[in-house]
Amino acid sequence: MSQLHTVNKSPLERNTLESAIIHAIKGNALLMIEDGVYGAMQGTHKSAMVSDAMDNISFYVMGPDLKARGIDEARIIEGIKIVDYSGFVALVAEHDVTQSWL
Amino acid sequence: MPETKKFLYVNRKAPYGTIYALEALEVVLIGAAFEQDVSLAFLDDGVYQITKGQDTKGIGMKNFSPTYKALGDYDVNKIYVEQESLDARGLTLDDLLPLTWEDEDDDWAEKDSIKVISAAEMAKIMEQSDVVFSF
Repeated sequence: MSQLHTVNKSPLERNTLESAIIHAIKGNALLMIEDGVYGAMQGTHKSAMVSDAMDNISFYVMGPDLKARGIDEARIIEGIKIVDYSGFVALVAEHDVTQSWL
Repeated sequence: MPETKKFLYVNRKAPYGTIYALEALEVVLIGAAFEQDVSLAFLDDGVYQITKGQDTKGIGMKNFSPTYKALGDYDVNKIYVEQESLDARGLTLDDLLPLTWEDEDDDWAEKDSIKVISAAEMAKIMEQSDVVFSF
């Protein structure tokens, strides 16, 4: 079963992203939304955790949530794909199950 | 002349995921009318509140970050940002809004409101406050 994990909490305030990464298996996708998009930034104390998981997990981040928070696309960790709302819907449709990590 | 108290507003939450940041800003602006000695602290995810370039058109929420620039006009000009919190998030002073105030005792010279300080210095500011509101 292919799973999509969504994470909407800042990784510097909660362990939600970390837990989602630990519980995602090879081939799963993880989409950062709302405050979860802070997890997509380069140079944070959590950036390495995301980079290290890229061999197993495909990472996506919501563009409108990045813009709202003033995060320039140039500062996103390489390999994370930026999607819009229709991209979010497509990801949900492509996967058998969506798990929302709150 | 009523006694002036030192008020500290502690901001620890990112701006849009919860209502805390906006509520804190509104409380600060309301409180500014009472002519107390007001300081703001931004630490942990609170530093995200005052980052430059916020554009919320795509998420259908109000971008309230320009309002922080009005704080100087309300004599709220002691804004402390914790260095360790910036470091953990890959941010520097350059990523923050240029918050300033005009000093009437110095020919209305424009001065920076933000001071980047260490966690140890932040602890002292907290300790020296008469009233602390934490958001």
